[in-house]
Amino acid sequence: MSTLHTVNKSPFERSALISALNHLRPGDALLMIEDGVVGARKGNAFAGLFDDAARDCEIYVLAPDLAARGIAESDVIARAKLVDYGGFVDLVAAHQRTQAWL
Amino acid sequence: MAERDAPQIDAGTKKKFMFVNRKTPYGTIYALEALEVVLISAAFEQDVSLAFLDDGVYQLVKGQKTTGIGMKNFSPTFRALGDYDITKLFVERESLDERGLKAEDLMAINYEDENEDFAEKPSIRVISRSELSEIMAQQDVLLNF
Repeated sequence: MSTLHTVNKSPFERSALISALNHLRPGDALLMIEDGVVGARKGNAFAGLFDDAARDCEIYVLAPDLAARGIAESDVIARAKLVDYGGFVDLVAAHQRTQAWL
Repeated sequence: MAERDAPQIDAGTKKKFMFVNRKTPYGTIYALEALEVVLISAAFEQDVSLAFLDDGVYQLVKGQKTTGIGMKNFSPTFRALGDYDITKLFVERESLDERGLKAEDLMAINYEDENEDFAEKPSIRVISRSELSEIMAQQDVLLNF
């Protein structure tokens, strides 16, 4: 009974990422989209949160949103996997529900 | 893949809907819009609950006086939800604590339990973050505002 959590806001502007991480359960997946991809930049002030809160969860980033913001794939935190729009759809289909943190 | 049922709507389908409120009441339109959608959902006889976390807990704080900002105080509307069989308002304890708020700072919101001779019972349940996460994981549909 896993959940896909999407985050579409920068953690520097809103608490959506932190709140999503706080409510993850083992087996859930987190996908950063739109401005949310800013949170996946290696070395940022929030990068350590993924290790603490999302130990048993998969982390994904939507590649077209990274590219649009000039963030290279090599600059994304190591544990995050990149997906395209098709991969986004697959993630939605693979989980029982989606929670969109705004 | 394909774990999820195909979306189906028919008269006999009752799903668990949770409306997740994370924003203060007057800075944006989210809180008021969420309440509108909650009231609409009541007409479809679904199993509806509300969650209040992060700044969303401020939606339930008592003593809201909005005349000075020229906006309608919609907080009394939460008290009407019981009449629509919406009786589960979950408030996250950690979110209250982080903001220096206590359960006593929240409005009294009650419903009449028709199974117990219409006894008045509180709709607000203050629960922990992990309890709320667990309840979220039991929902069919989560709508965040």
